[in-house]
Amino acid sequence: MARHEFRMPSLGADMEAGTLVAWNIKPGDTVKRGQVVAVVETQKGAIDVEIWQDGTVEKLVVEPGEKVPVGAVLATLIAEGEPAAAPAAPASEQPPAVAAPQRAVTASRPAPIFAGRFKISPAARKLAQELAVDVTTLTPSGAEGVISRADVERAAQAAQAGVPPKPGDWQSQMRKAIAAAMAKSKREIPHYYLGTEVEMTRALAWLERENAQRPVAERMLYAVLLIKAVALALKEAPELNGFWINGAFQPGPGIHIGMAVAMRGGGLVAPAIHDADKKSLPQLMVDLRDLITRVRGGRLKSSEMADPTITLTSLGELGVEAVYGVIYPPQVALIGFGKISERAWAESGVVACRRAVTATLAGDHRASDGHRGAQFLAAVNRLLQEPEKLQ
Amino acid sequence: MTARTREQITALVAGILADIAPEIDFSTIAPGKPLREQIDIDSFDFLNVIIRLSERLKVDIPEADYGQLATLDSTVDYLAKKCRGGA
Repeated sequence: MARHEFRMPSLGADMEAGTLVAWNIKPGDTVKRGQVVAVVETQKGAIDVEIWQDGTVEKLVVEPGEKVPVGAVLATLIAEGEPAAAPAAPASEQPPAVAAPQRAVTASRPAPIFAGRFKISPAARKLAQELAVDVTTLTPSGAEGVISRADVERAAQAAQAGVPPKPGDWQSQMRKAIAAAMAKSKREIPHYYLGTEVEMTRALAWLERENAQRPVAERMLYAVLLIKAVALALKEAPELNGFWINGAFQPGPGIHIGMAVAMRGGGLVAPAIHDADKKSLPQLMVDLRDLITRVRGGRLKSSEMADPTITLTSLGELGVEAVYGVIYPPQVALIGFGKISERAWAESGVVACRRAVTATLAGDHRASDGHRGAQFLAAVNRLLQEPEKLQ
Repeated sequence: MTARTREQITALVAGILADIAPEIDFSTIAPGKPLREQIDIDSFDFLNVIIRLSERLKVDIPEADYGQLATLDSTVDYLAKKCRGGA
């Protein structure tokens, strides 16, 4: 038997603290891996938080209503047998053909990447107390990721200038979260951008034939073809799938595609579709439907928020030709798709009318080079020309 | 499949849209202009509208017909015809 500490997870690079809203468990309860045990309020709304350890609840440390930093102990449990293993081996070291059972895949997920990331120098903490600055709202400006006195002073000045968002104003909180993540991205990530036109005639014809045979509730959106093609192409370019942490690339433990989903009234989140490379197109549609429905009207789970290994955004419906993405740290790539439109397509000396889409890649040059990015986009293109093989 | 008046179908469409995108003020929608230019719904929302219309009206709406549902007017025309048993 071993004691296990259940901590406030990081639900994205921009999260530093969360407010425990409710417990779904009490001392003495038995919990299973993957069970939703608590609800946590973040800048991106309320999230269902899962636990990744079997055991019996010993003690609830944090009371509902308390705001605590990422990494703080929320509860303790007595684990049966061995405690959760160390972070899983990189996916590339596992036999790719043998798909592990779904639960095993998710259970082997490593601890949240940013657990314990909340760092502040003692001097800065003291100053924050004197100036009544909420340190959980600060973003470190230095390369070390440690909140400094200067950060605290700036926040105090901003507060005096009347800049702080109204507490509880969810929209401004969301805006702030996006601002923090994107500013960090542009500050730290040397982006490179590539784009290519992908002919979609065959893929769309295949999808139309498939959908004609399906009842309306089981019809698929073309987005699932893009998800599957991206997921399979990532197996050929593993440097794009994972995280840049502490000056080094860490491969993703699986291919968990963060789908950028707009929220009604503004803002967006990019929760994960887990193990997209191993799922059938109908299953991806089920997952996508579930995800979008919960983004817009329900609640996301902590694992979906915490572990996308790459982001996919499809903005073509609003008519844009191409997306030049800003990578969501600590991820190292973002794939964008623009509008599918009819284009004059020259091939073998003949111009024909074809439906096509512009696929773009924003890559982190620390983790990969344009050569690899080009290979990835070529693979996406190739895979979309054989839609029947994507099933 | 039951014959429905244009008013009944319009009310049904309004109800479904209000459910999916509560911020929409249905009275401001120009019936002859493309819906997707006037309200912020994406292909996922649109598919949900189709699913609910199919369920409520008990009609099949093939994907090939989606183009006929571009405006409010054309949507009501199309569904009224479907409800009368027309193609």
